[in-house]
Amino acid sequence: MNIEWLWGLAGGLLIGLGGAVYLLCNGRIMGASGILGGLVERGDRSATAERVAFIAGLIGMPFLLQPLIAPQAQTHLTPDLTIVILAGLLVGVGTRIANGCTSGHGVCGISRFSLRGIVATVFYIGAGGLTVAVFRHILGVI
Amino acid sequence: MRGVFAFLAGSLFGTGLLISGMTNTTKVQGWLDVFGQWDPTLAFVMGGAILPMLVAWHLTRSRTPMLGGHFPAPPGAELDHRLIAGSVLFGVGWGLAGLCPGPAMASLSFGGAGGIVFMIAMITGMFAAPKLGAQLDRMANAA
Repeated sequence: MNIEWLWGLAGGLLIGLGGAVYLLCNGRIMGASGILGGLVERGDRSATAERVAFIAGLIGMPFLLQPLIAPQAQTHLTPDLTIVILAGLLVGVGTRIANGCTSGHGVCGISRFSLRGIVATVFYIGAGGLTVAVFRHILGVI
Repeated sequence: MRGVFAFLAGSLFGTGLLISGMTNTTKVQGWLDVFGQWDPTLAFVMGGAILPMLVAWHLTRSRTPMLGGHFPAPPGAELDHRLIAGSVLFGVGWGLAGLCPGPAMASLSFGGAGGIVFMIAMITGMFAAPKLGAQLDRMANAA
């Protein structure tokens, strides 16, 4: 039986718990692009320490746990560096212009019934679906 | 103290991304691949993540943040060109590689050189975003 959806649900609950801690304790929205982008753009210096701490947990905890709980984990990222670089640039630019990504607009926005969060999610999933359709099934490059 | 709870939040987020399979680009692209081998996992991740957040947003109504300050202002309702264009650009990048900012960071320790290259490109894009956003504003005003 396929239980991957169960791991998805369990992992999702942890993600939501992280968002709840960041909201109820720190009073902030847990958006990965906003937290990293805020550091990159050096906006609102008062948040720098907690942004760094958040990213330390986000990178550090999988670093510690991955060998123990998911030794087989791989990203399966395409070896085509042109695509990797293009994708990274688009993700960086797009999330900052839209002021949110899957965590900020998706998880935190949808759960407060934010119209902006819902519309953003519809557009990035739509664009992502179209991209996979074209680049995988028509062009055959991903 | 703010740093401690931020670290805890980031740790929960990263662990959730790892065990849910969202650091695996095959599963993310599988979710987006409606014309191929469609993988529904991401919907369960999203649904699971929204549940605690529904409770959390409800709790914000009757209290203030534990560590002081104010909760975020209610979301705006304006659907401007930045929201739409930015989300489309993000979606194209997300579809191409199967990584968004959270999983890109969560997988940094085991994602190899490709993951580091993606991260550098993403940060470069974030550096460029304010200028490109301003250019987008000019195009929207001219239209």
